[in-house]
Amino acid sequence: MAEEPLIVARGLVKRFGEFTAVDGIDVSVERGEAFGFLGPNGAGKSSTMRMISCVSPPTAGELRILGMDPVRDGVAIRGRLGVCPQLGNLDTDLSVFENLTTYARYFGLSRAEARRRATELLEFVQLADRAKGKVEPLSGGMKQRLTIARALVNDPEIVLLDEPTTGLDPQARHLLWERLYQLKRQGVTLVLTTHYMDEAEQLCDRLVVMDGGRIVAEGSPRELIDRYSTPEVVELRFAGGAEVAVKLDGVGERVDALPDRVLVYARDGDAAVAEVHRRGLSPSSVLVRRSTLEDVFLHLTGRTLVD
Amino acid sequence: MAHSTVAVLERHLTLYRRLFWASAMSSFLLPVLFLVSIGLGVGGYVGDLGGVSYLQWIVPGVMAATAFQMAVGETTYPVLGDFKWTRGYHAMRATPVRIGDMVAGQVLFMVVRVLPQTAVFLAIVVLFGGLRSWWSVVTPLVCAAVVVASALPVMGVSARIDNDGYFALLFRFVMIPMTLFAGVFFPVAQLPLVAQWLAWVSPLWHGVELCRAATLGVAPPWPIWAHALCLVAWTVAGGWFAMRGFARRLAV
Repeated sequence: MAEEPLIVARGLVKRFGEFTAVDGIDVSVERGEAFGFLGPNGAGKSSTMRMISCVSPPTAGELRILGMDPVRDGVAIRGRLGVCPQLGNLDTDLSVFENLTTYARYFGLSRAEARRRATELLEFVQLADRAKGKVEPLSGGMKQRLTIARALVNDPEIVLLDEPTTGLDPQARHLLWERLYQLKRQGVTLVLTTHYMDEAEQLCDRLVVMDGGRIVAEGSPRELIDRYSTPEVVELRFAGGAEVAVKLDGVGERVDALPDRVLVYARDGDAAVAEVHRRGLSPSSVLVRRSTLEDVFLHLTGRTLVD
Repeated sequence: MAHSTVAVLERHLTLYRRLFWASAMSSFLLPVLFLVSIGLGVGGYVGDLGGVSYLQWIVPGVMAATAFQMAVGETTYPVLGDFKWTRGYHAMRATPVRIGDMVAGQVLFMVVRVLPQTAVFLAIVVLFGGLRSWWSVVTPLVCAAVVVASALPVMGVSARIDNDGYFALLFRFVMIPMTLFAGVFFPVAQLPLVAQWLAWVSPLWHGVELCRAATLGVAPPWPIWAHALCLVAWTVAGGWFAMRGFARRLAV
């Protein structure tokens, strides 16, 4: 018999008064998967994450985590989760090492075990040399790595990461992705939210695209691109603005005019560019690139992800 | 006791280790300064109260008031801070730690502090000849009861506010008046009956009278069980108020 998925949601709803943050979503996450919630701010990703981390009770619908009910068995479930919240909550008055040992004790680890795990995890997130130091002087990326180490202290079966790299510089993001990729290889189930396309593409085996509290698409990054976009996209900029878009009718499979540029979705980008020039148009810049989840999102919602 | 409660206690002890010397100053030195200035200074004018020196009379009051003020100090900014700035409670919330563990662990931390603090104070006071009865040894327990009975309701308040400006009101209109009118420096019987009523409902007055009965070796104004019952009532109501406040604030 196949194992029950680690996370199952059916018709899950979260309302805050009149406002519906999550509007009936169905999700299931299998063991060992890296699963992503992708969407712009306010899409309901974080509310969903808080329900999965058993700190926010669902308003309606069914939710089962590790085969248990998050409202009744919250304590047992939380003991097997690792949570990396969006808003930092490291203990800034404790040392880096103490942050991990203190947190480990919340999970009932012995003092010796807590110290052993802390040493091991600081090594894993490459902060061993900062063990005795304070938290405050750490860079944003280091703090985030420490938060991830803290989330791993109880050897969780599922790690929940709410926008793990928001606000980090590219180098810090890549280091973090690399660590998360290591975790994935060790078989840890990852559930993350992001509004970065490249992050979802790098890390997720499967993802759902959320908008306005609903799921608008589901699949692997590749499937979503194949289903909702074309292999290549041509980005054209025109000195006169985007009004020329009408003249591009029939070039490629679809044309999207954005305020600052025109996107031409095509199976063959170079052929599309040749057609543009054949029609006597002279864009000020031309970029042929592979299709990304950003294009999928734009197609599904008519909006860009990061404003 | 649940291991999660102990884990929360340990977190507060780890944080406290950094502040130990600064806080030891205020918890040992300040009451001693009070005793010297008011006990000996004012006491010189006042003379004896019913066969007891003024110093001996205010020792139990200063002791209980110090515990009370520690409880208020530890449950105002530190509690608001763990909701608002450090978000320490949110961190705990993501673990098997329950709301009850958060509250109990933090109160336990204050108890762990007040016991040795009161014991050291007793040892110093003995040198001044400030104690008259062996019953003095129970005062650390009474002070612990005062701490629990006053910390819980204040935790409930701190869990409900978003602006630390309310603390100024709490200090000015609750903590200071309570310290002044709870029988610390003079018997509340001196006050008009309305003011006496206020003293009777405050947890501090009951602590002061129980400590005084112990250090002087006399019977307290009310039966011991009645004083104890008032402290228990504050603990139960305050505990409920704090737990509800925490649960509401953390449920989003």
